Amino acid sequence: MTESRSEQVLRVDAYPTHEVGGYRVRAGKPFPFGANVVPGGVSFSVFSDQATSMTLVLFRRGEPEPMAELEFPEEFRTGSVFAMTVFGLDHENIEYGYRADGPYDPVTGHRFDARQILSDPYARLIAGRDVWGVEPDRGRGYQYRSRVCLQDFDWADDTPLRIPAEDLVVYEAHVRGFTRHPSSGVTAPGTFAGLREKIPYLRELGVNCIELLPVFEFDESDNPRSNPETGEKLYDYWGYNTVSFFAPKAGYAATGRYGMQGDEFRTLIKDLHAAGIEVILDVVFNHTAEGNEQGPTISFKGLDNATYYMLTPEGYYFNFSGTGNTVNCNHPVVRNYVLDCLRHWVADYHIDGFRFDLAAILGRSADGTPLPNPPLLELLAYDPVLRHTKLIAEAWDAGGLYEVGNFPAYGRWAEWNGKYRDTVRSFLKGDPGVTGELATRIAGSPDLYSGRGTSASVNFLTAHDGFSLADLVSYNDKHNEANGEGNNDGGNDNASWNCGVEGPTDDPGINALRERQMKNALAILFTSQGIPMLLSGDEVARSQQGNNNTYCQDNELSWFDWDQVDENADLLRFTREMIAFRKRHRELRATVHPTGRMRDGLGLPDISWHGERAWQPDWSGDARLLAVARCGTGDDDVVYVAMNAHWESHDLELPALPGGRSWHLFADTGNEAPYDIRTPGAEQELDNAGKYLIGPRSVVILVGRANDPETTGTL
Amino acid sequence: MTLSVKERRNKTATVLVATGEINSETSGALLQALLPLVREGRPLRIDLTAVDYVSSAGLRTLLVVYREAQHAGVAVTLYGVSEEVRFVMSATGFLDFFSAGEAAAAEAKAKAKAAR
Repeated sequence: MTESRSEQVLRVDAYPTHEVGGYRVRAGKPFPFGANVVPGGVSFSVFSDQATSMTLVLFRRGEPEPMAELEFPEEFRTGSVFAMTVFGLDHENIEYGYRADGPYDPVTGHRFDARQILSDPYARLIAGRDVWGVEPDRGRGYQYRSRVCLQDFDWADDTPLRIPAEDLVVYEAHVRGFTRHPSSGVTAPGTFAGLREKIPYLRELGVNCIELLPVFEFDESDNPRSNPETGEKLYDYWGYNTVSFFAPKAGYAATGRYGMQGDEFRTLIKDLHAAGIEVILDVVFNHTAEGNEQGPTISFKGLDNATYYMLTPEGYYFNFSGTGNTVNCNHPVVRNYVLDCLRHWVADYHIDGFRFDLAAILGRSADGTPLPNPPLLELLAYDPVLRHTKLIAEAWDAGGLYEVGNFPAYGRWAEWNGKYRDTVRSFLKGDPGVTGELATRIAGSPDLYSGRGTSASVNFLTAHDGFSLADLVSYNDKHNEANGEGNNDGGNDNASWNCGVEGPTDDPGINALRERQMKNALAILFTSQGIPMLLSGDEVARSQQGNNNTYCQDNELSWFDWDQVDENADLLRFTREMIAFRKRHRELRATVHPTGRMRDGLGLPDISWHGERAWQPDWSGDARLLAVARCGTGDDDVVYVAMNAHWESHDLELPALPGGRSWHLFADTGNEAPYDIRTPGAEQELDNAGKYLIGPRSVVILVGRANDPETTGTL
Repeated sequence: MTLSVKERRNKTATVLVATGEINSETSGALLQALLPLVREGRPLRIDLTAVDYVSSAGLRTLLVVYREAQHAGVAVTLYGVSEEVRFVMSATGFLDFFSAGEAAAAEAKAKAKAAR
């Protein structure tokens, strides 16, 4: 008879040694931190450098008052770590927190207050905000309650996809916003489970990486404002205000009310992987939800304020994040905390990478000075568990530190390339004299990333922060009145152009131009070297009505409207074909910056620049036209992209192709759908091979290749 | 909320009928009832018609039973799963394992029929 696998191995440490508060206990193990189910009980371990005593507070699930308070015996303390195993607990039906006693002296950085019950920084589940949008009972003493959970999810054969960075097509999405709209048709709108039902859409679109706005537990109800026009409550919708770093947001799970958000999120990740899609999390380590001295005490403030936060000599909070406090990221304890957290998401959730919000802060010392060799960034770059994850920095912060191109990369870090965004936007709207910088940006920004390769650059034109693509071509100015801040929030440097009318219009000419401008943007994005990132909804012209800072808008301003999938099918098709084209042509994904060197056997360099005349690009101050030809990396095709931001047509002389090849038209945004783009591989041969007339404000993409006898007809 | 279990045997399988909630308090007893049945080696059906809630610990218990059954080469199928329980099982991925079991059982049945 085979022994059952569910039978426990007998262990000496499965027996109590003490009794505290009516519970049988024994000294716990300092590591790992947090609450861990062990034979017969739960082991609790928490760090506080300056606490004079620590008490474990236990609640029956959902009860307002504690069921027990267990002070850690002195002999259960190792260094500054308090660890205790409590036997006989039903781990599924308890919540827990800590009271830390110690000095209250803000000037020296200490804010201990034993009246406060503190959330465990290592809590893997949080209760208290279980269902999105439910108004919390703020009278309850302990709002964000730590919970114990097993980490025994069955991943079956899920393994990291390890898609090479240069092959990524990133899709930036909000978990709730993606399926919350009534048109989504999913079983549980606005949840991980809902997103899971939309995986086929993502597959069809062709993206192979989804980057999720923050999913660590945050409090959507912590926004005190309301919409001044409608009176509707505003939320913290984006969630860049973390309450608990190890816990997935319960309100994003259909099963959050049952405490099963961990399994629901893991199931989504598992299925995304099965569909060939990696998952990157947008993480916010630069600040926490505890705000400044006026803010709430949730966890870190009460456990070890002076360790976790950057403090002025007077004990106030440095504010390099613009949100009240700044995490003391390079403190040895805090950097280990960040590392533990990321390891947890990689090991226990199979996350493939991270995008770090305001990452410049991660390179600052305790007094805010930028460090030449920030230990945290080095630690993350070399960590064994994180070794093959993608690390992407938003390489600036609210304190004025701007490190795009200079972020301490250790051969690992990529960056959101804000300069790419600004340059391409400027070119698209018709600013003169941008062709020189445009060339640099679409070639993978060698001025910024020489030695790091093109995949150090995450290229994007739009992101959650700022205008959506449809608004970029419909508004000159932001319209953020609905945020209740007098239109003073959100960026003012949008480099947007409304095509002649501010906002929606019935003018067919303007609407056609806007459609073309969106296609121009997508065509440039997906033919640029570097990692392209698409904002969710841009493929179907999602509008935020000119609001460029919808952080608080949990409504149709932010949600993906699935009716637009049919309404804007032409733009969606254009996006799909562009992504497919990128996947087909390795020269667009080359990791080495092009140098103009000749390619053997092709008679053309790896990159060449052209204008109206072949081989004669116009870099002058009033130029608005640039063409680029790439070839010779992985296949014999030549890809020619002509970008005309001028309001007039231009006759293009095309560069001559090496023997046996001819020019074929893949895309011309000046053509009406369905003639605006073709299926990659089914491009149509040009009959006038030496010339092409590019229309006003249009992008043309040609492929120089051997003629395919299956392709018939000429333009 | 408690859980009661009743066992029924027919020609082809053993059926365990559960009534109540499967949670951390009751799943231990369920496990004790199920494991001996798995070891008997007969196909096992778990009837959840009268179960309106299965907690995280409950789902894990069912999966442990399923794993034990796999190990022993015994077919386990779930019956009468309510819509809510099915949704929770689906959202959390547990249903995938049992669906696979059900599919395998159906396939085996079809094969057996074809062989006759």
